[in-house]
Amino acid sequence: MNASLRLRAAIVSIALFLAFIGIWHIATRGTGAVATMTPEYAKLMGLTATAGKSAMPGPLDVGAKLWEHLKRPFYDNGPNDKGLGIQLGYSIARVGLGYFLAVIVAIPLGFLIGMSPLINKALDPFIQILKPISPLAWMPLALYTIKDSGLSAIFVIFICSVWPMLLNTAFGVAAVRKEWINVARTLEVGTIRRAFTVILPAAAPTILTGMRISIGIAWLVIVAAEMLVGGTGIGYFVWNEWNNLSITNVIIAILLIGVVGMLLDQVLARFTRMVTFPE
Amino acid sequence: MTPEKFISIEAIAKRYPGASGGEIAVFENLWLSMARGEFGCVIGHSGCGKTTVLNILAGLDEPSDGAVIVDGQAIEGTSLDRAVIFQSHALLPWRTVLGNVAYAVTSKWRDWDRAKVKAHAQTFIDLVGLTGSEHKRPSELSGGMKQRVGIARALSITPKIMLMDEPFSALDALTRGTLQDEVRRICLETGQTAFMITHDVDEAIYLADKIFLMTNGPGAVLAEIVENPLPKDRGRTDLHRHPYYYAVRNHIVDFLVSRSKTFAADVPGHDPRNVPVVKIGVSEPTIVTPPRAVETQSAQTIAR
Ligand SMILES: Nc1ncnc2c1ncn2[C@@H]1O[C@H](COP(=O)(O)OP(=O)(O)OP(=O)(O)O)[C@@H](O)[C@H]1O
Ligand SMILES: [Mg+2]
Repeated sequence: MNASLRLRAAIVSIALFLAFIGIWHIATRGTGAVATMTPEYAKLMGLTATAGKSAMPGPLDVGAKLWEHLKRPFYDNGPNDKGLGIQLGYSIARVGLGYFLAVIVAIPLGFLIGMSPLINKALDPFIQILKPISPLAWMPLALYTIKDSGLSAIFVIFICSVWPMLLNTAFGVAAVRKEWINVARTLEVGTIRRAFTVILPAAAPTILTGMRISIGIAWLVIVAAEMLVGGTGIGYFVWNEWNNLSITNVIIAILLIGVVGMLLDQVLARFTRMVTFPE
Repeated sequence: MTPEKFISIEAIAKRYPGASGGEIAVFENLWLSMARGEFGCVIGHSGCGKTTVLNILAGLDEPSDGAVIVDGQAIEGTSLDRAVIFQSHALLPWRTVLGNVAYAVTSKWRDWDRAKVKAHAQTFIDLVGLTGSEHKRPSELSGGMKQRVGIARALSITPKIMLMDEPFSALDALTRGTLQDEVRRICLETGQTAFMITHDVDEAIYLADKIFLMTNGPGAVLAEIVENPLPKDRGRTDLHRHPYYYAVRNHIVDFLVSRSKTFAADVPGHDPRNVPVVKIGVSEPTIVTPPRAVETQSAQTIAR
């Protein structure tokens, strides 16, 4: 029953995919010669004008180009021509670093907020105001103070991933079942040991959910941030290829951004499952 | 004669801020004492403050007034000497059965090595009959098994007092019966002092040496202390065959049904420091009324 549902879902998925590719192919295929013009002019205009070919690449172009990229993911021909693997690597490294810093700050701080109603109340106005600010709005300030575009991008990742983790940690810690706390109290467990042996495992699923939301946001933001700071990374690649008018490369980059985002989410989802225990 | 007061609750009160700015007292000036090795059961209607008394005794809650003295010392907060068995078992779901018990053991004996902790925890897991389930997580256990782990956890720290808040109320009659046997056996064997809240009159008669009857709240008082007239070697299944069984049962049920509501008005001179002790015997004509048929039946059903 379950397996057959999976199978049927897979069949529908594949059918939808093929239909999408087919429509894409038909929509971008050339329509034959459309206008007569002098050979010089035709050469200048390219296939778009002479053969009615769409400027949008078809699936075959994209597939061929993708294969080329996958064969040589790590080549480096100077600042404007690096392999996709290298560009993705830069982006993942920035996200990883900013995210890691956010974890280091958000989880202990979230613990504090969750455990102390005083700190919760005291920090609340700051969090309420800072949280809705678009992370990219920090960019000029970061560039001015840090004076390094790479570090600024990392800072932007930090600032955007800190909030969901902070709020979820605080919520998870504050919502730990009273009985579990009481168990620790009747066993005269000290504050530190209680934090690690009761509160942390009890709040872990909520904390991990926050971390999962954060990694998703961080991956969304890195593309925009790299478009702004330039230099390296998948966001810069997208922008650069747009300037090169290579829509094929842009499409490939979009595809890879999606795949990497999915993988990051899956990793966090797996961690969440590992710390979740039904009662 | 003044029996040794191992636990002495002295003049405790618990008040909460009322809706209209004033204070509502759950109870005022409550006195209660128990001797070492005694098993006490508290019976009273819902909301009268039984859990509050138990939590104060455990140190999980603080009285607005008064003090609790255990073994000659006023208590301050929780203690490993007073183990609590929670109604909802309160097992840590991320730990196995062994892990849950071992957590308590390491909390008491911090310098023990792993092997020693494990062996000690295992002893108590065996004691409650969970041998073979050590590595299961709470989600893989039945309600009765979870409560057994709770009991093993409480016993493993060899407390001076066991505090139980309706420990078996969520269980089916059969499992409840077995666990009652288990708890009674362990308490008799180890001379454990125990304080338990229950809504089940038969459970109180089977387990308790003294049954504390509380009136309805707010402003609840400890109305009477019923001494259990049944012999120490009573069995759970033939409880109802004992000549005093219906007398004591009817006395408690009568209290719950009618007297708990009107007690304050009926007994204006009630002295909370000298709560009347009810000793039930055949010589008291008022309480040796023949049992009604319905009650006989229900008592037997519960006993089975
Ligand atoms: N935080 C609180 N604020 C105000 N009133 C409270 C609070 N906690 C408990 N109470 C009141 O104290 C009274 C006693 O509560 P308690 O839990 O001790 O009752 P109980 O006898 O254990 O009842 P049950 O048999 O239903 O468990 C109740 O009337 C309840 O409304
Ligand atoms: Mg209660």
